[in-house]
Amino acid sequence: MNLTLYVWRQKGPKDMGKLEQYEAPNVSPDQSFLEMLDDVNEVLIKTGKDPIAFDHDCREGICGMCSQVINGRPHGGQDRTTVCQLHMRSFKDGDSIYIEPWKAKAFPIVRDLVVDRAAMDTIMNSGGYTSCHTGGVPDANSVMIGKPEADYAMDAAECIGCGACIAGCPNSSAMLFTSNKVAQLAALPQGRIEAKARVKAMTETLKECGFGNCTNHYECQSSCPKGIDVKFIAKLNREYIKSLLP
Amino acid sequence: MILDGKCPTGPIEKSWDKHRFEMKLVNPANKRKYKILMVGTGLAGGAGAASLGELGYNVHAFCYQDSARRAHSIAAQGGINAAKNYPNDADSIYRLFYDTIKGGDFRAREADVWRLSQVSNNIIDQCVAQGVPFARDYAGYLDNRSFGGAQVSRTFYARGQTGQQLLLGAYSALCRQVKAKTVTMHARTEMLDLVVVDGVAKGITVRNLTTGQIESHWGDAVVLATGGYVNVFYLSTNAMGCSVTAAWKAAQKGAYMANPCYTQIHPTCIPQSGEHQSKLTLMSESLRNDGRCWVPKRKEDCEKPASQVAEEDRDYYLERKYPSFGNLAPRDIASRAAKEQCDDDRGVGPGKRGVYLDYAAAIARVGEHTIKERYGNLFEMYEKITDENAYKQPMRIYPAPHYSMGGLWVDYNCMSNVPGLFVLGEANFSVHGANRLGASALMQGLADGYFVIPYTIANYLVTVKPGQVTDAHPEFKKSADEVKGTINKLLSINGKKTVSEMHRELGKIMWNNVGMARSKQSLTEALKQIPALREEFWKNVKVTGSGDEFNQQLENAGRLADFLEFGELLAKDALHREESCGGHFRVEHQTDDGEAMRDDENFCYAAAWEFKGVNKEPELHKEPLKFENVHLAVRSYK
Amino acid sequence: MQFIQSTVGRKILMAVTGAILISFICVHLLGNSSVFLGADGINAYAKHLHDLGPLVWLFRLVMLSVFGIHIIFGILLTLENRAATPGNYAVKKMARANFASETMIVSGLLLLAFVVYHILHFTAHVTNPEISASHLPLDALNRPDVYTMVVLSFQKFVISLIYVAAMVFLFLHVSHGFQSFIQTLGFNNGPSLSPVEKVSKGVALVLLFGYISIPILIIAGIVKI
Repeated sequence: MNLTLYVWRQKGPKDMGKLEQYEAPNVSPDQSFLEMLDDVNEVLIKTGKDPIAFDHDCREGICGMCSQVINGRPHGGQDRTTVCQLHMRSFKDGDSIYIEPWKAKAFPIVRDLVVDRAAMDTIMNSGGYTSCHTGGVPDANSVMIGKPEADYAMDAAECIGCGACIAGCPNSSAMLFTSNKVAQLAALPQGRIEAKARVKAMTETLKECGFGNCTNHYECQSSCPKGIDVKFIAKLNREYIKSLLP
Repeated sequence: MILDGKCPTGPIEKSWDKHRFEMKLVNPANKRKYKILMVGTGLAGGAGAASLGELGYNVHAFCYQDSARRAHSIAAQGGINAAKNYPNDADSIYRLFYDTIKGGDFRAREADVWRLSQVSNNIIDQCVAQGVPFARDYAGYLDNRSFGGAQVSRTFYARGQTGQQLLLGAYSALCRQVKAKTVTMHARTEMLDLVVVDGVAKGITVRNLTTGQIESHWGDAVVLATGGYVNVFYLSTNAMGCSVTAAWKAAQKGAYMANPCYTQIHPTCIPQSGEHQSKLTLMSESLRNDGRCWVPKRKEDCEKPASQVAEEDRDYYLERKYPSFGNLAPRDIASRAAKEQCDDDRGVGPGKRGVYLDYAAAIARVGEHTIKERYGNLFEMYEKITDENAYKQPMRIYPAPHYSMGGLWVDYNCMSNVPGLFVLGEANFSVHGANRLGASALMQGLADGYFVIPYTIANYLVTVKPGQVTDAHPEFKKSADEVKGTINKLLSINGKKTVSEMHRELGKIMWNNVGMARSKQSLTEALKQIPALREEFWKNVKVTGSGDEFNQQLENAGRLADFLEFGELLAKDALHREESCGGHFRVEHQTDDGEAMRDDENFCYAAAWEFKGVNKEPELHKEPLKFENVHLAVRSYK
Repeated sequence: MQFIQSTVGRKILMAVTGAILISFICVHLLGNSSVFLGADGINAYAKHLHDLGPLVWLFRLVMLSVFGIHIIFGILLTLENRAATPGNYAVKKMARANFASETMIVSGLLLLAFVVYHILHFTAHVTNPEISASHLPLDALNRPDVYTMVVLSFQKFVISLIYVAAMVFLFLHVSHGFQSFIQTLGFNNGPSLSPVEKVSKGVALVLLFGYISIPILIIAGIVKI
């Protein structure tokens, strides 16, 4: 099939960006979206033009590196699918595809579709851990954890940190991302000890990094390539309220 | 030269404890004066940087991704081994040790493997304390699953995302140290040279991938935890950015590359669908717990849909050939068996390069619901890529390059032959021998990072004065100039072929000649083609843009340039090793029924190669392997 | 202090003040529906309220501060959110966010304008003073004739239209706001969200129909003097 692409091109963080039009001829339905972009880039390189820069790494939907808003939806909007797992069979011959980078003030554009997501690390640095030392911990089976609690923690921990929740959010809020870690650790006895300090520190950092506030649009959940539930934001809110109590 | 692994002597059960006691310590007050450079932030690097930072060292960590959390350890699915013996099925440290040595086809160092088995239990404790949500049973205890190459259930798992959860655990420990300012992170930074001063590793030269700036970093020790090199095959299960570059730069500066020919081809990957393919997707080996591998008995049935091949016309080849391990035979054996069937023209799917992995029997036995619970995410992933529903029709799988057992040579302390240069995880060669068992990579990465390097690095650091050599030393400028020179050269060629075109070509040469089955003829052919391609690369590659900006083409070109040198060494090592063992299969050396045949008399050693320059013969150094606790035996899974 | 700086703290403030305002408008609706009992109903109700004296002022003060907090933080949050988002996507499709959730600030500010008008109209008797209770003769029991004021007001088409339009904004605001309150206080376990969203719309609908029934029945001539 043949497609027309409108791709966001921007040289650097301070430059003005704009959408540019490209043709993607002879696309196979078995190709992944990134392989289609690879082909477009091969042509650009051979004609001496700068290829489209985009982040990608594992190409199996787990590293969280790929980050494109495709036709107005982060990762293309297919249920539980990252860009790298999006296949061209979900497009039709003659389609126009708009490809844009994550847009949020906290994510400055590095080049084209590549953004700087260091702010998400900053949130994690502020408390996304249990303060256990290497070594000197009890036997793994000495603290029992019920299967429902373990499963709940795992549901939250599936976050791949791609930032789609932020890109999709009308407020550019990182609340779902933050809540995943808060909820995961709050659900486990190991993480309970620091739960109060964690939720305060992480939500404060979220604000300092320039992310917006959560106003319960739930757009994050529908943008998340892992389908992570906004119930974890409710959990974060509960943990925050608990942190206010003596 | 005969290399010495500096393994502790005496009874193996006490070897690590004894060694730990004998090693020297750094005074706590002096630790912060030592600067350690950690390259790579996967399981080994992330865990190592966090643990060293916590001890009080001044750690600088580097990764090429935009965050430490994205290292490719994250993609490991199945699980992590430990000798906990929670299921009471007669597991022990000794059994894990034995299984790993045997699984590695008797080509690993006993002492290293013992240490790995011993600390495996601490790893599980550590991860649980970090809040890693391992699978639990209804009583609240940790759950185990079985895995290839073992007859006990010792694999701990977190759904199909164990690697992710363990990496996020290590990453969170790293975050804590970044907050405590003991670790400084340098993301989107790629190591492009090792700085060696008077024969000692003293720093690295890196490129800031965002700005293109070349930076020098000095350190009292340099630790490489930069993963494996199977992207030399172009199509592999590794991430697109995985490369041999950091390790190869160290090799160019004198570090020995050991056993590069030991590459693991993973049996359960999704087959290639066409020429456009950029990478292969692995599906956890745990799939083989319930799936049955088969191909049609007759060639003419291969074109038919699987459902129309009658039960008696199916060849469950793994169960036929290996009745006691069946579908759980180790990876190298399962991969080669799949290749054999396809070479026999009985493969299925596009290009007939695939075998079936069938769940019909398991679904009939335990129900679709249970199968969904166990492998739901894998089935989902399979459907996304192939558009086929594996609950209704068998999956198609085919082997793909997955892991490299070989790597930089290190002694028992994880230090290479270049003093001050340590190598951890997949980047070193130490514990997996010629073949790695499933769920052991995560174990090794974390063992090296949490429980080995924190002890062994101190033993080295006490011998150096902190900050004696800094980036003011002329070697740093020399190294930076060399790196800039290479970059300018790559940008000035302005040829006709793109980097990925040439990488694909290299991959084809490697896969066809140095892949799952190697022969003298194929390896000689590869050794003709690789230098020719390398020559063409330096004349005809096209890299657009400049070096002073974010330039992914340039990054890839540099990585390919290293693969083009390294690939030749891999083939040379494979040609020199006139035996079959584990992942290295020489067609000249096989038993009558096609099993690998080792030559313990002549090849019971680790081959460590010293790079002497491009187009020059590398020098072979041997480290003899002694087996005092397990008997060298023919590895049989029948 | 940390609480009102925190993004979650502010969210909780919005939720709690919002919930108080929703409770108030529910009670207010119950009170207002005494208009259907005729002059005797609503005039008695109004007198009863006035007789509470200082309590009325205390209540008004509390409501004013709650309302103030809701408005100030609503505006603050919106400004912060605007600052966090750099310009729009060329193409953006929302999957879960809806018209109501995206226009909270608009519906909120329009409601503020309406409340000001509403107080000027029925409480302060500044707009349309000629038909206000302070201008009209007292009723048979010497009470201010609120009933007549209401009926005469709503017989004017423009006034009715303003009230109906405002109630549509109230519907939008409450339909997002009510479930938002539940989520913000943490009462969402996943499966509960969808029913809560339905209840939220339901509450908003009841308020909409409850309130607009007054001007509509008056304009239709069913409720009359």
